[in-house]
Amino acid sequence: MALLKHTPVEIKERKALTVNPAKTCQPIGAMYASLGIHGCLPHSHGSQGCCAYHRSALTRHYKEPISAATSSFTEGASVFGGHANLIQAIDNIFTVYDPEVIAVHTTCLSETIGDDLNQIFDKARKSGKVPEGKTCLGAPTPSYVGSHVTGFSNMVKAMAQLAEPSGKKTHKVNVIPGWVEPSDMGEIKRLCAMVGVDITLFPDTDGVLNAPLTGEYKMFPDGGVTIKELKKTGDALGTLALGEWCSADAARWLDAKCKVPCTVLDMPFGLAATDRFIDVLRTVAGVSVPDSVAFERGQLVDMISDMHQYFYGKRVAIWGDPDQLISMCEFLVSLDMQPVYVVTGTPGKKFEARIKEICADQPFEVKVKAKGDMFLMHQWIKNEPVDLLIGNTYGKYISRDEDIPLLRWGFPILDRQGHQYFPTVGYKGGLRLLEKILGLLLDRKDRDDPETTFELVL
Amino acid sequence: MAKTKKVVQLMPTDIKEELLKKYPPKVARKRAKQILINEATEAEAPPEILANVRTIPGIITMRGCTYAGCKGVIMGPTRDILNITHGPIGCGFYSWLTRRNQTDASSDGVNYMPYCFSTDMQDQDIIFGGEKKLAAAIQEAYDIFHPKGICVFATCPVGLIGDDIHAVSRKMKEKFGDCNVFAFSCEGYKGVSQSAGHHIANNQVFTNLVGENEEPKEGKYKINLLGEYNIGGDGFEIDRIFKKCGITNISTFSGNSTYDQFASAQHADLDCVMCHRSINYVADMLETKYGIPWIKVNFIGSKSTAKSLRKIAEYFGDQELIDRVEAVIAEEMPEVEAARAKVLPHTEGKTAMLFVGGSRAHHYQDLFAEMGMKTLSAGYEFAHRDDYEGRQVIPELKPDADSRNIEEIEVEADEKLYNPRKTADEFKALEEAGFEFKHYEGMNDQMDKGTLIIDDLNQYEADKLVELLKPDIFCAGIKEKFSIQKLGVPMKQLHSYDSGGPYAGFKGAINFYKEIDRLVSSKVWSYMKAPWQESPELTATFVWE
Repeated sequence: MALLKHTPVEIKERKALTVNPAKTCQPIGAMYASLGIHGCLPHSHGSQGCCAYHRSALTRHYKEPISAATSSFTEGASVFGGHANLIQAIDNIFTVYDPEVIAVHTTCLSETIGDDLNQIFDKARKSGKVPEGKTCLGAPTPSYVGSHVTGFSNMVKAMAQLAEPSGKKTHKVNVIPGWVEPSDMGEIKRLCAMVGVDITLFPDTDGVLNAPLTGEYKMFPDGGVTIKELKKTGDALGTLALGEWCSADAARWLDAKCKVPCTVLDMPFGLAATDRFIDVLRTVAGVSVPDSVAFERGQLVDMISDMHQYFYGKRVAIWGDPDQLISMCEFLVSLDMQPVYVVTGTPGKKFEARIKEICADQPFEVKVKAKGDMFLMHQWIKNEPVDLLIGNTYGKYISRDEDIPLLRWGFPILDRQGHQYFPTVGYKGGLRLLEKILGLLLDRKDRDDPETTFELVL
Repeated sequence: MAKTKKVVQLMPTDIKEELLKKYPPKVARKRAKQILINEATEAEAPPEILANVRTIPGIITMRGCTYAGCKGVIMGPTRDILNITHGPIGCGFYSWLTRRNQTDASSDGVNYMPYCFSTDMQDQDIIFGGEKKLAAAIQEAYDIFHPKGICVFATCPVGLIGDDIHAVSRKMKEKFGDCNVFAFSCEGYKGVSQSAGHHIANNQVFTNLVGENEEPKEGKYKINLLGEYNIGGDGFEIDRIFKKCGITNISTFSGNSTYDQFASAQHADLDCVMCHRSINYVADMLETKYGIPWIKVNFIGSKSTAKSLRKIAEYFGDQELIDRVEAVIAEEMPEVEAARAKVLPHTEGKTAMLFVGGSRAHHYQDLFAEMGMKTLSAGYEFAHRDDYEGRQVIPELKPDADSRNIEEIEVEADEKLYNPRKTADEFKALEEAGFEFKHYEGMNDQMDKGTLIIDDLNQYEADKLVELLKPDIFCAGIKEKFSIQKLGVPMKQLHSYDSGGPYAGFKGAINFYKEIDRLVSSKVWSYMKAPWQESPELTATFVWE
């Protein structure tokens, strides 16, 4: 019997009830972004449950310790404001854990009360609670606006706002990777190094959320962008923001306030988006792309041509974060696959238009929804099925009920591992995506084929 | 951390001092009262521990919030009640299927547990109020799913903006007629831990559900199992044993539970309390209102399971049941003993630390003891003093500002349904024979002298404890898991059991033995250093010599 047995085929419009969301709240995104700063302890300004939930969800996804503190509001703080709690917290954090940076994000509670983080930081500094050379930064992340992606973006913007332009340009390029895996951030660094461009990647969770097991526990692992590097982002040649939803705000702020020209690109998932990334990167940095990059690209093209017969015409339902979905849909279309249902919980009018544009002139009609939920997507699938699901772990219920293979991709992945280590961005990441998709489709075919057509060679 | 570096001979006072050393003076003073060197076995007056007090801001806590305790822990495992979180999307999302509560819906097919329902409040709802959206959401849920019950959970901003979720729920209940709708004021900031949320949930279930179904329930020996949440299928194993013994479990609060189970709880003749912290007051209320006496049980560990079954049989005092229980124990134990004998050579003499929940840190010590493992240190995440020191301290507990926020409901004997299950003489005879009603001796009593009992342990202290005492296994939750493992010590989740379970009952004990054997015997913990890191100096010998 089906697990989601109460989901009816008939679709009725819902105005108030969200069922099986395809998003979560802002602070978790801010917490993840903060972990990409070297020596940073994220701090959740609100009641302790938010911090506990965000730490648990990030831990389950990354399988790594996620240290973060909280203001632990009780009723008093909720009525009189959280100033005292945060100042006490800052004092305790620097005394006990000694981080380089505390990155504070708000919650729906502290936002509703109207706590002003910068005012509290000032007070903490004046009363000597912030040791010399240490940094406090903050981002407003009300949970009732946007989604986890918005929270990520807000914290990344707060990181950009640390910039102290000196007027002297460096030879570096800022790259804002957006909410991708630590492995993806590592791959972006590798690609940029191959092209020969010196970059400041922020945030950078590579080395933080895929740290080795050595018998030692470092609350602050070696990875992450440093405050010194962030201060210099205002002197960079330019900024490449990967993803309109995740990264553009920070890049545009650097452009407007520090005169660092920005280019907003799609996240480099798949062939075309990676091509554009490399092309813009070499233009901004004024370098030529080495053959080794073209070689990797050619390998991806080769694999696409080898596998095309299995991908052609396959119908896909996909959900997740807007920036990821846009690039993935483009990749699927480039394989002659058909992303027929596309859902994000994150709001954004441009999203639907962008997906429709990618799927225009294709031999299928795309159903796309921003501010949608997985319940709706499941109903679409019940009405007309697909061959493949691409999205987070919560899709496994639909996968089992409807007997459709699921590619786990996005956030959160709670029931599989490897995503921390194996990138899906860039040409190499594209190879991995293709390998996984092909595996799923062929495993399915091998399971379903009758004995007569069960074949050794494909 | 190589096992050879084991530091022994640290006095408990030294360890305590080491844990407190780094704190600012005010924090150190408070934590000092929450860290107890156990002397309960000898001292005339057991030492006091500070518990159920506020978490210190900035200290990385293991605790969650009131909403988590209410929606996540207590109401999460009920399968045919549709739970709507009223608030921004996060809270509903994070409590969506993350506790590994299992359920069996094969009898009627109704199961809303794989679903997450939320009003997904937006900024305009915060500014103008969210009551209309909540009413509309309840209506939509009713129209699509037609559940027997809808529960509404308040998140932090809902309390702040003052949405009257109870009035909205009442109105919708009246409108529907065939669907019970009620709400929980379980805003995250209330209380100091999950415990407040358990209380809020239990009170509402007791007020709005228990006693609703007046149809008598069949069964010779009818019990309720309180404080069992069917994590990893624990409840299934306990129910299997009950069935085998001929004991009828009317309702489990709230593992694998249904609307009707709660509604019929008053038909039981005995309440068996597993998790003392989360539910002891419900047992008291059931006794006051319906006359059902309660006993403390523990189905974690094969000996505890046998003991609890015998206690239930003794209560009913029926030879048929007593014989049946003995037969079941005799039938189940050989397999358990065989499994135990297999792991004992690997586990005996090893050490454990447990920092979980509000009873698990106690219950699981029985299982470790069966494997010959000693508990060096333990503590609860959200317990009150009685969970450490025993129920005799309850009269001493003074309500503070935070506990006053949590509604206490007054219960009286129900005019129609109150029915004392035994005569005064029968109770007296049982008690004189050593039978203990409403009794819980607390965790401290069972732990060795000189062990460290720590309330509301935090990440810093956890890592420090592991560094200093190097236990062979550490038990806590997902947030603690990987920092402990980075230290080279295996960590077992006892909130969600990682991916394992059941660990309750006889079959569960076998599962746990195997799991702990796997963890403490795993080769991976010997791989921490590469060969060239173990002896970094160059030597003059070569492998081919």
